[in-house]
Amino acid sequence: MDLSYTPEQEQFREEVRSWIAEAMPATMKKHAEDGANFEHAEVMEWHKILYEKGWVAPNWPAEYGGTGWDVARRSIFQEECVRANAPSLSPFGLSMVGPLMIQYGTDEQKKRFLPKILSGEEIWCQGYSEPNAGSDLANLQLRADKDGDDYILNGQKTWTTYAQYADWIFVLCRTGFEGKKQEGISFLLADIHNTEGIEVKPFLTTGGTLAFSETWFKNARVPQANRVGPENGGWAMAKALLGHERTGIGGIAESARGLMQVKQIAQRTAVGNSTLFDDPDFRRRIARKEMRLRAIEIFNLRQLAAAQLGHAPGAESSVLKIVGTELQQEVSELCMDAMGHNAMGWLDSPEEALPSYQQAVASQFNYLRAATIYGGSNEIQKNIIAKHLLRLPSA
Amino acid sequence: MNFDLTEEQQMIMDQAAKFVANESPVSRFRQLRETERGWEPEMWAKMAEQGWLAIAIPEEQGGFGGSFVDLAIILEQLGRGLVPEPFIASAVLAGGILSDLGDDAQREAWLNPMIEGRTSLAFAYAETQSRYNPSDCLTRAEKSGGGWTLSGEKVWVLNGHAADQIIVVARTGGSQLDEAGLSLFVIDGEAKGLTRIRVPGMDGQRTAVLRLDGVEVGADRLLGREGEAFPSIEKAIDRGAAAACAEGLGQVRELFERTVAYLKEREQFGVPIGSFQALQHVASDMYSEVELCSSASILASIQADNPDEDTRKADISAAKLQLADGGWFVQENAIQLFGGIGITDEQDEGLFFKRLRVLNGLFGDADWHVARFQSLKGFEAID
Repeated sequence: MDLSYTPEQEQFREEVRSWIAEAMPATMKKHAEDGANFEHAEVMEWHKILYEKGWVAPNWPAEYGGTGWDVARRSIFQEECVRANAPSLSPFGLSMVGPLMIQYGTDEQKKRFLPKILSGEEIWCQGYSEPNAGSDLANLQLRADKDGDDYILNGQKTWTTYAQYADWIFVLCRTGFEGKKQEGISFLLADIHNTEGIEVKPFLTTGGTLAFSETWFKNARVPQANRVGPENGGWAMAKALLGHERTGIGGIAESARGLMQVKQIAQRTAVGNSTLFDDPDFRRRIARKEMRLRAIEIFNLRQLAAAQLGHAPGAESSVLKIVGTELQQEVSELCMDAMGHNAMGWLDSPEEALPSYQQAVASQFNYLRAATIYGGSNEIQKNIIAKHLLRLPSA
Repeated sequence: MNFDLTEEQQMIMDQAAKFVANESPVSRFRQLRETERGWEPEMWAKMAEQGWLAIAIPEEQGGFGGSFVDLAIILEQLGRGLVPEPFIASAVLAGGILSDLGDDAQREAWLNPMIEGRTSLAFAYAETQSRYNPSDCLTRAEKSGGGWTLSGEKVWVLNGHAADQIIVVARTGGSQLDEAGLSLFVIDGEAKGLTRIRVPGMDGQRTAVLRLDGVEVGADRLLGREGEAFPSIEKAIDRGAAAACAEGLGQVRELFERTVAYLKEREQFGVPIGSFQALQHVASDMYSEVELCSSASILASIQADNPDEDTRKADISAAKLQLADGGWFVQENAIQLFGGIGITDEQDEGLFFKRLRVLNGLFGDADWHVARFQSLKGFEAID
């Protein structure tokens, strides 16, 4: 066992670091310093810069336009992106539906969709949850009825994150109405803008931003050719997709960023004649979170290394989801504590009251309550561990 | 970057698991905890036969040239059986110091007999007032004739009651808290002027208070350079912390596995209690902490011999904190889920609980490691 990097890998780190410094536009750098609070357009700008460099898909095999990097390079790349506070790219295409298509898509689907995920020409969102299918996801009712070469979709999705920016949505829908709920689900790809009958309406979140949407389907036609996997085989697709998402789901990069942010705030926050960062009690609170992150990082690296050897993802990703998102929230709570009375401020507070690099903290703190809810609530993850890993009896 | 056990390491693990199951299950520890020594020289010799006491000693010193990871693999299995032989005190702590600092004659005299299983060793550093500060030392060594005379008192010396030879931290210069001026001496367990007071521990293992009242040693019993031992002391204690993470992982796993088994078999309200979601979620959270303790132990064992001191300290502190916090979560909930039976002495769970709590207090507790972590250079940087 060995945690060290080879000289080639260290050289790669230098290459990434200097490239990011050079490639990131000045306004983006300013926003990076200001707590990495990026607008959607900026995220996509960075997506395109990475695409042109060939680094937009670190997790994809080279033959599909990915980097083909091993675990070490991927983690070096991620560490350097965190270090530079670079924008986090939308995961729905690059980390979720793209890898799923590589695994299960038809040749036509791969040819049609993958290049535009890479280039950022087409942005994706995820249509899973419904008003009556949250934690009980298999209860979903969005129905897809066959009609000629198409399915006709009727129903509603909710919590479709960033659907307002998306061109395409991947949905779980009901194609089978008998037997077990899980066995009547199919995985479809729908063109939001060019399909009549799809309507998207964003929610204002408690973070003061538009993150989630409701999405309605009224007699919306989707070609059968846009189904990934077999009809009524969508539940397996959803599970496989979760496996691809396991790196991102724990929010490790976000927690690392959050720790940088809390140190930055503490270093710039005056307390009497010194700063909050000089306060041993507060330093220890930061230290505890940083130390916890280290254990989680190693756990994550072990999972990635196992994945690289071809081991199928198991309930371990549930562990990562739980401990990672809990830490992410705790770090954001620490950022709020570091701000003291500044934590009263909000997105539009004037600079005199609230320095720009602190403007997004309270919004983040509110929005991050979602982290333990989305992607399968942490309680659902615990059910998964209890059932599939510990094999505890059901009630 | 690589987290795989080598084929050889896989073999060591299987061999250690089999050894513990056959030679030293928990029932053996139950008998030994009633005895004065608390462990058996015959078993120690058997462990030497397995090659375990020499596993991390360089080949040119007569060892097998393995790494700390090899030690950790063995320790995890020993932890599962609560094997009471002085592996940490003798093979990890004292053996490591002798290997690092001893000259040929010193290794010949004290290291070789230990790795052959003929003797055992101890490392005496803590004092009543020192808590976890490795530079806080009142025990003094004064030059006398051609050698040294040692006076002072050491506490909680692992295997101090039984060791043939004891490595003692003593001050040859400076004052109580100085890092400079610390030296290491090897004293004979039967030395004149040494009083050993046997101390039974909560975990059923034995430690000792050592009273040194003018113990005379020759110049050949000074290890390394006079007054410059501090980095070696810190390193030894970090190796102890990494060893605690590994042994503790064994107990964390035992507690967790036994709890899950109990949840499946124990019935109340006409159903197995493991079917209740309130208990399932606690068990799931325990699983997460076991996995993190396992990752933390891997981290600590990889870094135990890292020549970059700051990296070693940061990662070992992070790992020890995980053992303290995550290990505690597992142990407290294991007892809670067992219910009343969990606090009876006849159940093994209480034995694991006690040993784990002792390990959490050895080689720096959670607060000490957090304090150390935030004092390291790297903590100041915001990237």
